[in-house]
Amino acid sequence: MSAEEDIKQKLAGRFPFLQDKITVKRDRRIFLDVGIDNFKEVLQFALKELNFTFLCTVTGLDDRDRFSLMYQLDQGSGIMLNIRTSILRDDPVVDSITPIFPNADIYERELVDLFGIKVKGLPKGERYPLPDDWPAGQYPLRKDFKIEDLDKKENI
Amino acid sequence: MAEEFRVPIGPQHPALKEPASFSIALKGEKIIGVDVRLGYNHRGIEKACEERTYIQDVYLVERICGICSHAHSTCFVQAVEEIAGIEVPKRALYIRSLIAELERIHSHLLWLGVAAHEIGFDTLLMFTWRDREIVMDVLAELTGNRVNYGINAIGGVRRDMGKDKIPEILKRINVLEERTKYYIEVATQETTVVNRLSGVGKVKKDDALKLGAVGPTARASGIARDVRKYDPYAAYNELSFDLITDDHNDVYGRTIVRVKELIESYKMIRQILKDMPDGPIAVKAPRKIPAGEAVSRYEAPRGELMHYVKANGTDKPERVKVRTPTLANIQAVKHMLREMYLADVPIVVAAIDPCFSCTDRLIELKDIDKKDSSVIDWQRLRQYSIEWYRDRGIDFKK
Repeated sequence: MSAEEDIKQKLAGRFPFLQDKITVKRDRRIFLDVGIDNFKEVLQFALKELNFTFLCTVTGLDDRDRFSLMYQLDQGSGIMLNIRTSILRDDPVVDSITPIFPNADIYERELVDLFGIKVKGLPKGERYPLPDDWPAGQYPLRKDFKIEDLDKKENI
Repeated sequence: MAEEFRVPIGPQHPALKEPASFSIALKGEKIIGVDVRLGYNHRGIEKACEERTYIQDVYLVERICGICSHAHSTCFVQAVEEIAGIEVPKRALYIRSLIAELERIHSHLLWLGVAAHEIGFDTLLMFTWRDREIVMDVLAELTGNRVNYGINAIGGVRRDMGKDKIPEILKRINVLEERTKYYIEVATQETTVVNRLSGVGKVKKDDALKLGAVGPTARASGIARDVRKYDPYAAYNELSFDLITDDHNDVYGRTIVRVKELIESYKMIRQILKDMPDGPIAVKAPRKIPAGEAVSRYEAPRGELMHYVKANGTDKPERVKVRTPTLANIQAVKHMLREMYLADVPIVVAAIDPCFSCTDRLIELKDIDKKDSSVIDWQRLRQYSIEWYRDRGIDFKK
């Protein structure tokens, strides 16, 4: 059995509800969908039991009615585990994973600035990457963001 | 007991090559804490990618960075090719690896010069940057450009490599290898370098792992991570090379890793030139990419680069996410600076090799007495300078 299949089985064994939610897209690429309620548990399990010790990045996605968040982990063997969860667009709140992965800090700040996602428990620090005088409520990576609106607001 | 105070460095500062703002908390000369503000170079490229076609995006992502431009375009086309299920011809993969290694050589030589400059060893800066011109010439010869090579296309590469060019490239690689051996000697035996760099900017293996360090920064802390080895792309699974690590955990270690990696790059280039298969260099790619997603990784000169691409069936991507190695390493920099002296800031920051761009091609010469100006190219400028010095009794050819 390949290492990817082995990881898939271990995940499905521990979390039976993930059975159909794990796909091995190609060698070294595993994608997984999990609800926001169980997400942290799965992340902890991947870190502690499956040895995914390295957080590559956190990717935000605007799926129109929801926001998706992809936590991309690496094992050191080249196998990448992409844990995807999603939150409501109307109430975009997610817990910070900095207690688990301290380097998530800067990636979560990107979610705050570019998607307007509220990250609970994010340590205090400088914003990233937008300028300090960026108009409030404008989130450039949201699909309904229009650069023209930004110009209008700045001219007022 | 000295009082605590803060020194702001940046966003614009002579010691920084790129805008970044460091707020450094000091007790006497000792650093006790660092806050970093980034984002001054944020150009909204991820958003811009969503509004352009895949073909336009290849050229746009290439301009994310002026030094590792090939890294970005390769990483992006790999992701798109994976989504579209395109089988790239082997010859194209070899050409991609060839350009990638040439790019690494130019980037590492450039870094060595910058690092030398930051410690006041400007002779080494002049040496390395002169030698870097050799590899820049090879790149210009092969791709037509010194930077932003424009060699990648979705489905392959845009330019083939003539066999007639091989002897000239090999000749130049031999010169570079000889020079690099000298630099290894300088880096490991020159007491100024060894003493200045040892023990500066330490980050232990455990911390480097936790902080997500990548590339030479991680490898100098004993972490054997290299995308070319564990997640091979292009032609790397067919090339044999050593993964260079070091356990000094400091700037000295990072220097050793980079100079030794140069030797591995020369090794790989020789293999590529010897083993490059014949055949087509590209296959036709569809304009519209079917819905899907892919994560592509690439070992850029500075470390692991990651592109995530999501396609929605149109000719424009739904989402492009880029995670650059410098962003991954910035957490480690904060850690490295703690307990160091203020005077160590430039070299510690430079030691992760943060990116800046260089795009010189034409030089305007102005004769202040005659008040006219002329534009000449590099070749003529270099010839002019060699002759200028020879007239004054200095002959570089000797």
